[in-house]
Amino acid sequence: MPQYAAIIYEQGDPDWSSLDTPEKQETMGEYGAFGATAAAILRGGAALYPTSTATTVQVEGGKGGRVVTTDGPFAESKEVLTGFYLLECADLDEAVRWAAQIPAAWKDKVEVRPVIDFGASPA
Amino acid sequence: MLRLPDQDGGSAALATLLRDEWPRVLASLVRTTGSLQLAEDALGDAVVRAFEVWPRDGVPDEPRAWLTVVARRRAVDLLRREARRSEKEAGAGIFVNVDAPVPDASELRDDLLRLLFTCCHPALTVEAQTALALRTLCGLSTAEVASALLVPEATMAKRLVRAKRKITDAGIPYRVPPVEELPERLHGVLTTVYLLFNEGYLATSGDSPLRRQLTTEANRLSALLRELLPDQVSVIGLEALLRLHDARTPARLDAAGEPIRLSDQDRTLWNRSEIRAGLALLGTALRTSRDDPDPYVVQAAIAACHDVAPTWADTNWEAIVSWYDVLLRVAETPVVRLNRAVAIAELRGSAAGLRELDGVGELADYFPLVAVRTELLARAGRADEARSSLARAIDTPGNAAAKRDLSRRVHELLRTYM
Repeated sequence: MPQYAAIIYEQGDPDWSSLDTPEKQETMGEYGAFGATAAAILRGGAALYPTSTATTVQVEGGKGGRVVTTDGPFAESKEVLTGFYLLECADLDEAVRWAAQIPAAWKDKVEVRPVIDFGASPA
Repeated sequence: MLRLPDQDGGSAALATLLRDEWPRVLASLVRTTGSLQLAEDALGDAVVRAFEVWPRDGVPDEPRAWLTVVARRRAVDLLRREARRSEKEAGAGIFVNVDAPVPDASELRDDLLRLLFTCCHPALTVEAQTALALRTLCGLSTAEVASALLVPEATMAKRLVRAKRKITDAGIPYRVPPVEELPERLHGVLTTVYLLFNEGYLATSGDSPLRRQLTTEANRLSALLRELLPDQVSVIGLEALLRLHDARTPARLDAAGEPIRLSDQDRTLWNRSEIRAGLALLGTALRTSRDDPDPYVVQAAIAACHDVAPTWADTNWEAIVSWYDVLLRVAETPVVRLNRAVAIAELRGSAAGLRELDGVGELADYFPLVAVRTELLARAGRADEARSSLARAIDTPGNAAAKRDLSRRVHELLRTYM
């Protein structure tokens, strides 16, 4: 069965590690409810710390070269990647139906991308 | 065996026959092979074969069955070749049943519907949907799709490959949507057909204001839709709308190929039988409509008001404005408000029309809006504003012929106020 990453993009780079406002607590509750509803098709996922904690890594001059780290996310933008779910669904329609139940889908945006199954395709 | 007429008449008849069969054979091949790309490649080769064999041996009694079987064999060959190339075990992944019966009418209907909803899936861009619909459902070659949509062939080839890859990789299902999703998904399909027609009817790019090929293909798709979903009100409404518009085609261009506005068209040139057909469809659609009529049905009703009016001046503007009021209730868009403002200007004068235009809302760089404002300003005798509005209209992206027409009209109108 194909797997889909439901990638969550949110405005304002929220910090989900501290539920310091009633709105955040409420939203977290909604995520909890989604997790329970979608348990049968959820194969994984994670919430990420804000982009202020991100470190971008690049190796200069090819493999083994100088490791350059930069403070911050790869791309500065208004909407940042804040988490993802891994969904196992029969097809895109089903994945979209589940993604539409993720709170970010109505508060911000969720991108659905198929996951490559290296086991099934010839390498 | 049917013998083809000799020479050009024969090859034209053959081309028509093959194009009519294309979507039907393709749709069932997609089911048996599970891949749009493979089905297309295999059928493409079968069609080439038909062009070689049929003129010599005659058209087989059942051309569809012939094409289906030849294409299935070809699909098996292509799969074997692919398996060899990727060093998979011979036979792996090959499950095309060459001897399966050729689908009957009801299977064929399901296959076509599946293909239709796949090609017009909302996860594809509208550009991709239109291109795929022309390629798979209208049977145009990639080169023909490219020229119909005014895109270089290489760009179109890439666009089509990308769309087909997305269908496969993202797992867009070959499925008719379940009943609860059908109205919305069908709406997406109808939008694609409608946009295709519009692009042909009011070409926004290219030098000719009318691109007959696109309207013909849109009509073909709309007829196919009604064959497949005869009871859907929106489908009947769309076909009514397209036919009521298409009926005016013979009067829409002058000898030099310049567009003639609805108000100035020679209405005796309008195609009466198309109008009758459109009115009959509209009647059926209105009879089956519930409280809120489908937007296509309402637009068809507006088109019908124009089609039955003896002249522009004798048009029932009251009826048109009230249909626009209905349309605003079911599909409120700036374009609908713009068209309503045009009708208001006819009913109550250009000052009233201009007031309505102010409430149209955001339509930046939309040529028809700037054009209507320019014309109403000129009609109201507000010469300076009309001239600066005309300059803006000419700088707005739009059809070159429509701009020439607008400019000529504005100068004529302003001359009467000199």
